[in-house]
Amino acid sequence: MSRPARPTRRAAAPLALVALAALGLSACTDKADASANASGGAGGPITVQADDTTCALSATTAKAGTVTFDITNAGTKVNEFYVYAAGDRIVSEVENITPGLKRQLKVEITEPGTFQTACKPGMVGDGIRGDFTVTGTAVAGSADQKVAKAISDYRAFVATESDKLLAGTQEFVAAVKAGDVAKAKQLYPTARLPWETIEPVAESFGDLDPRIDGREGDNPTFSGYHRLEKDLWVSGLQKDSGQVADTLLADVKQIVTKSKGVTPTALTIANGAKALLDEVATGKITGEEERYSHTDLWDFRGNLQGSQSALETLRPVVTERDAALQKALDSRFAELNQLLESHRVDGRFVSYTTLTDADLKALTVSLDALSEEVSKVPAVVETK
Amino acid sequence: MTATPPQPPEPSSEAPAEVPGVSRRRLLGVSGTAAVAGVVAGAGGLWAAERASGSTTSDAGALAAPSGAAALDAAIDFNGEHQAGIVTPAQDRLHFVALDVVTKDRAELVALLKTWTRAAERMTAGAEAAPGGLVGGGPFAAPEDTGEAYGLPASGLTVTIGFGPSLFDGRFGLADRRPAALADLPAFPGDQLEAARSGGDLCIQACANDPQVAVHAVRNLVRLGFGTVSARWSQLGFGRTSSTSTSQATPRNMFGFKDGTANVKAEDTEALAQHVWVASDDDASAGWMTGGSYLVARRIRMHIEVWDRTSLQEQEDVIGRDKKEGAPLGGAKEFDALDFARKAPDGQPAIPMNAHVRLAHESNLKGVRLLRRGYNFTDGTDGVGHLDAGLFFVAFMRDPRRQFVPMQQALAEKDGLNEYIEHNGSAVFACPPGTQPGQFWGQQLFA
Repeated sequence: MSRPARPTRRAAAPLALVALAALGLSACTDKADASANASGGAGGPITVQADDTTCALSATTAKAGTVTFDITNAGTKVNEFYVYAAGDRIVSEVENITPGLKRQLKVEITEPGTFQTACKPGMVGDGIRGDFTVTGTAVAGSADQKVAKAISDYRAFVATESDKLLAGTQEFVAAVKAGDVAKAKQLYPTARLPWETIEPVAESFGDLDPRIDGREGDNPTFSGYHRLEKDLWVSGLQKDSGQVADTLLADVKQIVTKSKGVTPTALTIANGAKALLDEVATGKITGEEERYSHTDLWDFRGNLQGSQSALETLRPVVTERDAALQKALDSRFAELNQLLESHRVDGRFVSYTTLTDADLKALTVSLDALSEEVSKVPAVVETK
Repeated sequence: MTATPPQPPEPSSEAPAEVPGVSRRRLLGVSGTAAVAGVVAGAGGLWAAERASGSTTSDAGALAAPSGAAALDAAIDFNGEHQAGIVTPAQDRLHFVALDVVTKDRAELVALLKTWTRAAERMTAGAEAAPGGLVGGGPFAAPEDTGEAYGLPASGLTVTIGFGPSLFDGRFGLADRRPAALADLPAFPGDQLEAARSGGDLCIQACANDPQVAVHAVRNLVRLGFGTVSARWSQLGFGRTSSTSTSQATPRNMFGFKDGTANVKAEDTEALAQHVWVASDDDASAGWMTGGSYLVARRIRMHIEVWDRTSLQEQEDVIGRDKKEGAPLGGAKEFDALDFARKAPDGQPAIPMNAHVRLAHESNLKGVRLLRRGYNFTDGTDGVGHLDAGLFFVAFMRDPRRQFVPMQQALAEKDGLNEYIEHNGSAVFACPPGTQPGQFWGQQLFA
């Protein structure tokens, strides 16, 4: 992202080391977690007798662990059964219990506390509520170590990409200063590629992001990559192009040092992965980012790879908590990667201007599909 | 029509369905009683096969409409023998979307239809698209429901699905299940069809008395479909252009003429069976459509500015009715019989030979009738200072080859109205029968 000062929650939250909260409540539906012990912590399934006006539970307490509800709809309306935590947050639910039908819901409740249950005859409204108490001691989440590993893996990824960014920028800057326009143009998109992979991290450092990546009109002083882009593709090298290049390199060095010091959380990694795809949707697929060079597909590639790599570090966590989501992510990333790679000729991405409306639509369709899945990851890795 | 039944409170556009303190969820309690049984759906009149006057019968019992606001807020049953949104009393607003299926995986398509059915069932009941969709996912999840309809009543929302001819091209193993009646429409003289406003593998028609509720429904279904389907084109509509029952005043279209003086009436079960619902023996190889109906959509741009400079006499001659009353030329009242033999004082036919009502009349079309459910639209301006406005024609029928096609052929060849309109979008869809609780849209097709 290169637009100036758009405050985001992401930017507002410092990427500081956050003590990892124990896995609080992990929801699992009746379909998942077939291996869970059906008797759960409460010593046996809790029966729920529901009709159009009542919601009778055989027990309103259970021990922490997997709690099983057997719900029977004896009414005339389609019913639903919910378990809520404080703040009306749904821990789990089972939908579409048609009259006469019996359904089972297994809920993993790892921490004791007060919850609510609800039947919703006719599917709407607040439902017929009742308090539900979970006793006993907290069941430790099994994902703490996986989350810690994800963070360390992501830090390693950022460090590697930062080094590539520095090396690529050094080479690019040297070409600009040598007045070698052809070489500089050749190097420009690949030098930026690592920047695009770690953008959520890089852009968190105040005014360095706009200085490095701001587009014309975004800042009072137009500098950085895109100023050089304009010089190379449109206006020709200017008297101060060398100076702009030196400043860019100095700024990139700072970013590299700072980026390596960042310690994200699982949530910031996941949100960053989503933010990268949002970048593609709002800046790259529209051809806005590289308005002079039309090398947008390289940035697209960088954002996509950055998103995928970030989520790769979270793979063990996501797989454990929502295997179906991980599967969907893998399939959607593969689809979009394949589509994007189809726009390479001789190893280099084609100019944005050569893409047809049909090409852009296909990319957008695939990106929408991927983005919807990626948007589900933050809540999966951060359940508090 | 000689007797005008008592008028229920007129749903006025100035009085939207706002009932202070009645929330979307609480409203549901009255849904069963407030659903207007037996009131007619359908658009008609202009662009329509006119019906011989006098043959319309009204069923007084069907006109016991509930009071205005509550009726506009009420929920309409999702499940039933037929899909809602066809003979349901026409709501005031429309959001229609045609989609392409982008997956190659039949199972993925079926899974989406199941997900869609559940979400549509919830939304028509006035609920969020998914349980706890507004905030129940917690602070770190993108909410499962987009939220703009939360707190609004059900607003008479209906969601209707249709399958386009292109869905049966073999990608999903449906080639041998394509009904013969689901033929691509032929090219009609004067068509200026735009690909970006035509066709589609699927369509979703969402109608409601509150535009926000209709848009919410389409938005959430499209979102659920990302990766499986992609929106191809869409159309917003306002102002139903249909006479939905004999108890309602006939609405006017963007040309200022009454539209829908005659239509297939929902309480006329015989006419519905004859003209709207697919019967079990219609097509042996497409038994899955029994109880369904075919939907034809046409985006009809009206050259508003040209029309507005046209003399009243020319306007009335083109339509074949007078503008104020809606009476057939030569007649006095809206529902007077159309007398095609009648001469004007100058010896010419009172209803000109190329008048819209003459060409569209069932007596000139071997008894062909449709159930119309169109909407006015205005999509801003066209860049040269003219309104991009017109009629989004939607009609339901038993067989487009026998009904819409001959009618449109007759109109396209001769209708004086053609000077003032242009068809720039077109699509046809097979709308499967309704669902029972637990079933999904098109279950019979994919069985």
